[in-house]
Amino acid sequence: MTTSTEPTTGPADASGTATAGTSADTTETASGTAYALSHLDTLESEAVHIFREVAGEFERPVILFSGGKDSIVMLHLALKAFAPAPVPFALLHVDTGHNFPEVLDYRDRVVAEHRLRLHVASVQEFIDRGELRERADGTRNPLQTVPLLHAIETGRFDAVFGGGRRDEEKARAKERVFSLRDEFGGWDPRRQRPELWQLYNGRHAPGEHVRVFPLSNWTELDVWQYIGREKIELPAIYYAHTREVFKRDGMWLAPGGWGGPRDGEAVQERRVRYRTVGDMSCTGAVDSDAATIEQVIAEIAASRLTERGATRADDKLSEAAMEDRKREGYF
Amino acid sequence: MTTAATTSTAGAAEAAGLLRETSLLRFATAGSVDDGKSTLVGRLLHDSKSVLADQLEAVEHASRSRGAEGPDLALLTDGLRAEREQGITIDVAYRYFATPRRRFILADTPGHVQYTRNMVTGASTADLAIILVDARNGVVEQTRRHAAVAALLRVPHVVLAVNKMDLAGYDESVFASIAEQFTAYAASLGVPEVTAVPISALVGDNVVTPSEHMDWYSGPTVLEHLETVEVDHDPAGDVARFPVQYVIRPQTAEHPDYRGYAGQLASGVLRVGQPVTVLPSGRTSVIEGIDALGQSVRAAWAPQSVTVRLADDLDISRGDLIAPADDAPAPSQDVTATVCHLHDTPLRVGQRVLLKHTTRTVKAIVKEIGSRLTLDDLSPHPEPGELVANDIGRVRIRTAEPLPLDPYALSRRTGSFLLIDPADGSTLTAGMSGEAFAGADGAVRAGNDAPREDGWDF
Repeated sequence: MTTSTEPTTGPADASGTATAGTSADTTETASGTAYALSHLDTLESEAVHIFREVAGEFERPVILFSGGKDSIVMLHLALKAFAPAPVPFALLHVDTGHNFPEVLDYRDRVVAEHRLRLHVASVQEFIDRGELRERADGTRNPLQTVPLLHAIETGRFDAVFGGGRRDEEKARAKERVFSLRDEFGGWDPRRQRPELWQLYNGRHAPGEHVRVFPLSNWTELDVWQYIGREKIELPAIYYAHTREVFKRDGMWLAPGGWGGPRDGEAVQERRVRYRTVGDMSCTGAVDSDAATIEQVIAEIAASRLTERGATRADDKLSEAAMEDRKREGYF
Repeated sequence: MTTAATTSTAGAAEAAGLLRETSLLRFATAGSVDDGKSTLVGRLLHDSKSVLADQLEAVEHASRSRGAEGPDLALLTDGLRAEREQGITIDVAYRYFATPRRRFILADTPGHVQYTRNMVTGASTADLAIILVDARNGVVEQTRRHAAVAALLRVPHVVLAVNKMDLAGYDESVFASIAEQFTAYAASLGVPEVTAVPISALVGDNVVTPSEHMDWYSGPTVLEHLETVEVDHDPAGDVARFPVQYVIRPQTAEHPDYRGYAGQLASGVLRVGQPVTVLPSGRTSVIEGIDALGQSVRAAWAPQSVTVRLADDLDISRGDLIAPADDAPAPSQDVTATVCHLHDTPLRVGQRVLLKHTTRTVKAIVKEIGSRLTLDDLSPHPEPGELVANDIGRVRIRTAEPLPLDPYALSRRTGSFLLIDPADGSTLTAGMSGEAFAGADGAVRAGNDAPREDGWDF
């Protein structure tokens, strides 16, 4: 017998209270496949376990929420991990001041819908107070570290969830699920704790905190497949739309108050979408007709560029750009 | 023309295969640079088309700047600037790739010096380990060490990749003799299954595509084996273990009385209606409901994360273990285990530590270090006094509270633990409860009996 009447963990029912129905007469099968979990089920289960470990062992966790797809998936997993109770964490958004308006709208809608608490750390306020200086190239991504660390310190957050994935970048490939940060927020790759089995060691001294990455083992394709399976709503800019863009350093950037375009950079209308969502000054759009989740997944699966290679100017700065930023306390 | 539409038809067909939900295989590789491990990993990533254009461009750029002629696939697994500049490697790097048949997580554990602790870390979560040997050298000391670690960590599947077959004349007898020798040794350690594959990582023989040089070999390529090896063994045959992570009590108008125990099944299957015991209290109840992330189910199995509701209102909190009433482990304050020491400061007899087991952390004292084990020949060294980084040893630990540990042989997750430094929180030691190795006959010697001085009788 190869079929099973065991219920599987498929997409969550919208009501959240569906029952398995006909499985009262569950039959045993000798086949191991009766109890198989798909790769998405396995990754979901692992991420939920990580969320619950943090809830059980830390005093003041917070979820970094940018309105990007990875942080949206994190929030979705957190909602599932604690249902029917509310998520026992607040959200923290580091606002560069150059965010896509569609993403900010999405953020505020989600916060209201799930009655979450939102902390905003504003790069603009640090610039206005003279504590940060605008860079010559206009990008604010590297400027996020100071407001982030300030918010962690003033909020006394001891665990900070980030949406980073190890497949994104080679410095991230070496990061732990529980990543200890010193009192300056710094990451020392040589002093990481070995992580064995599913035993996460979150002990830390006062003033230190732990960055936690529940999506460590997910790839970009997993994230999109999961968004499709769970029918998670995303900001519209992830899907193909017509937008005014101009070319800089080989990327399509959107004009805006952040300082583009400069003289000689011609604006044109193109059909584009975003593969990642970050600061407008360094997040590029890709040409695309993918207007549905299925089309996006097909496009990602066929792509011959990594998402960061395709869309992030900040990682093109040098071979070790991400490593250096992480050492300073970046996401 | 858009970017999406410029991808080839072949690309679209591949993409269609990647859209399905498949299964996940976690595996680890063991072998030194000299064995061609980096080349094998690079070849797996490259030939399975998991290396994207910008990554390959970066590798080509780096290869050129280091004076190499072609792209050095070993650089695909190269890591941080700190490693490049200091010529060191930082334990485990994780790699991700997929084929239409399966998703893979590779724990890539480089490094000569810290080898044991790196491989122990990588093997702890692996379903499969690939052990590389150089066909010209055969089974050497290091190979035996790798086999011992795989056996100790109870990695379910072991692959022996006999590499550099091109330099051994693609000779069947060379391969057969190495495979036979290794399989016999692994069997003596209790490794249940070895799959041996003759390969050349450099040329690409039998890594992803079948070799044209070894028609005497009819088995799978390395990738074919990774894609088809059975990973979903039947959890119904395992003991059910459910460590409680967190108690969910909404206390809202909609759910005034909901009380659920959140956790991930460490092993086995739990069913609604099943009588259970809660440890360490020993109280019993019956499973009233199981909520599997948004839907109510009749049964749940490892490694699902679920929320369990019981018929009785018991005092249960994080750190408790829910187990079948007729098959619950006996809590004990005395832990006998095989450990791998991870930290640069030694582990000593009398040392006060924290022991983290599933979701519970308790105070503990290292009572005895019975022996240190030389992984090359598995010879025991009695009473070493201390264990330094990368040492494997037998220890006895006394805990401040009783813990429901299983023998590691019975359950990897409820038989494993960490020792933590209470002063600075460092992870010191990884431990596996019970006997170290299965017997040569494959039988498991389980239990918390004290180690015999002659305890390494293989």
